[in-house]
Amino acid sequence: MDISNYLYLSAILFTIGAVGVVVRRNAIVVFMCVELMLNATNLAFVTFSRIHGNLDGQVASFFTMVVAACEVVIGLAIIVTIYRSRRSASIDDASLLKR
Amino acid sequence: MTTSNLLVYLIALPLISSALLLILGRKADKWGHLLATLVSGSAFVIGVLEFFAMRSRSGDARPATQHIFTWMSVGSFQVDASLLLDQLSIAFVLLITGVGTLIHIYSIAYMSHDRDRRRFFAYLNLFIAAMLLLVLGDSYLNLYVGWEGVGLASYLLIGFWNQKPAYATAAKKAFVANRVGDVGLSLAIMIAFAQFGTVSFAGVKEHAHHASPAALTAIGAMLLLAAAGKSAQFPLQSWLGDAMAGPTPVSALIHAATMVTAGVYLITRSNFIFDASATAQLLVVIVGAITLLFGAIVGTAKDDIKKALAASTMSQIGYMILATGLGPIGYAFAIMHLITHGFFKAGMFLGAGSVMHGMDDEVNMRRFGGLARFMPITTVTFGLGYLAIIGVPPFAGFYSKDKIIETAFNAGGLKGILLGGAALLGAAITAFYMTRVVVLTFAGSKRWDDKAHPHESPALMWIPMAILAVGSVTSGFLLASGNAMVNWLQPIVDPHHHEHGEEFLKPIVVSTMAIVVVVLGVLAAIVKYRTVPVEAPTEVSVFTKAARKDLYQDSFNEAVLMRPGQKLTSGLLFTDKSIVDGAVKAVGFSLQTIAGWIRNLQNGFIRTYALVMLIGLLALIATVWVVTL
Repeated sequence: MDISNYLYLSAILFTIGAVGVVVRRNAIVVFMCVELMLNATNLAFVTFSRIHGNLDGQVASFFTMVVAACEVVIGLAIIVTIYRSRRSASIDDASLLKR
Repeated sequence: MTTSNLLVYLIALPLISSALLLILGRKADKWGHLLATLVSGSAFVIGVLEFFAMRSRSGDARPATQHIFTWMSVGSFQVDASLLLDQLSIAFVLLITGVGTLIHIYSIAYMSHDRDRRRFFAYLNLFIAAMLLLVLGDSYLNLYVGWEGVGLASYLLIGFWNQKPAYATAAKKAFVANRVGDVGLSLAIMIAFAQFGTVSFAGVKEHAHHASPAALTAIGAMLLLAAAGKSAQFPLQSWLGDAMAGPTPVSALIHAATMVTAGVYLITRSNFIFDASATAQLLVVIVGAITLLFGAIVGTAKDDIKKALAASTMSQIGYMILATGLGPIGYAFAIMHLITHGFFKAGMFLGAGSVMHGMDDEVNMRRFGGLARFMPITTVTFGLGYLAIIGVPPFAGFYSKDKIIETAFNAGGLKGILLGGAALLGAAITAFYMTRVVVLTFAGSKRWDDKAHPHESPALMWIPMAILAVGSVTSGFLLASGNAMVNWLQPIVDPHHHEHGEEFLKPIVVSTMAIVVVVLGVLAAIVKYRTVPVEAPTEVSVFTKAARKDLYQDSFNEAVLMRPGQKLTSGLLFTDKSIVDGAVKAVGFSLQTIAGWIRNLQNGFIRTYALVMLIGLLALIATVWVVTL
């Protein structure tokens, strides 16, 4: 199987994630889409690692996972806090940071 | 040259006393005036000691110097704070401390009802210190410090009763007019430094006779401007009349006897510059002649006794300035007239103060009349000063003023006739207006309200007046006998001992002419003021109207200088606000507007931000892709 198919898959997943971030309002879903984008990148990293025959991409993907784990912890905490205070998980409601 | 260690105390004592009285404030109220008087008296004693020490020396050893400290030392340029007491300075030191002490004593009584008497004495001492520095400094720069110091003291004392807005304005006017002159002095110092690289009197004198005529004329003209500002000479004379807002002892000390004569000192001290520049000398005599007539004419129309005396001061200083412009012989006569004038004018001002003291501070002479019966001592002392100023022999003014008239006539040619004629005419008008003052105040019938109770002043006031009156009688004779003053000053003002050319008029002729015009002036005044209306008549000639308004000097200044100045400042303000500020504000406003548009992008929706980021990223990738293609 052609290895570039993994890259196409990665691009498709990333695009789905990006579109999800832009169009969905539910904070949890947006969050999941962000995770999807991160994992799409991981897939690309690993694929490139394979293509180039070294471990650089794999190491980078571990970094991404660690960052993603931290992000999950903080992001979920923020979402829960916002939900507690506003009884809503819609990110359009949390738009106080405008002019 | 001799060195003396006492000179610095002349300045330090009054300066320390002044600082002490100002710092201690109300705590010093009880004894402040005594300390100030004592200090002024001590300075006089030092002056007398120095005078006798100087007389006992002879020739080049007479001037004494004292080096206090090195003021500034930049490369080869060095200015020392050094004092120089020579034949010229000692005359001023004795006048300043002597008359100053008498006026301190007088003020103890005159200001006794004023709750700020201590502050008044602190300022007086400050003035004495600054004036002594002015005459003792050995360079133009040291002189300048004293010059500014007396300007400050004058300002503070004119505005001493600054709770009255008019008085505060008068003080400001005096200060501004003086500043114009001060600019002249600082320019003269700068030109001297640029040309000669030194600012000390000795250094400038050394360079003066091989300097370019243009530079000397420029320095001379600037020094004359300075003198005109300080000595209330044309065209800067307008402040002196208003300066009478100050307490009367101040008018006597600062605005008659000492500070206003600083201009005469400056020109006499710079004789080496004026002697080398005929143009500068010509300017000096023109200014002197104009002012002596100007002041005399204004004096004939003033009803305020102090303003009449102020106009007279202006006129008499005009005589001195005229004399300083007449070459080496004129300087000595100028200083002689300065000293005799110091006596009789201070005496008359104190007399005016005594009259005001007895008449509830009334200054309008039309409301006096017949005061001779109530104030015999004041009348006598004032009368002696009067005889001295109009130049009746053998009183002081006769010796000093006639010499100036004579020297003016002997200036030669048309110039001599014009100047001599002006001086002679001035003498006639002087006789007229001074007789008017005496007649209106002391003679005739009473014209005051029944509320006033004229009475003689206390001894503390009349004793200084009496001493000054004695000076008015004797000083002229003492200074003129055996050419004492001329010989005394000769090493300073006439080192090469010029021989005088043909005399145009013999002294006896000049004296006779002077006495004739004086008698005419006196008679005219007596006839004209036999009856005096209490209210000043309004149906008067244009000349009287002009004289009452100081010959429209204020109107001229306002129309030519003040209004255009105001227009200029408002124009500049408009330019600043509309164009300079406008440009700055336009930049700010346009940035604000643009920011307002861009701000709309910040709608607070995270998804919008994410979309923008995404688009940006895609654009970036597209760019990179296109570039690497």
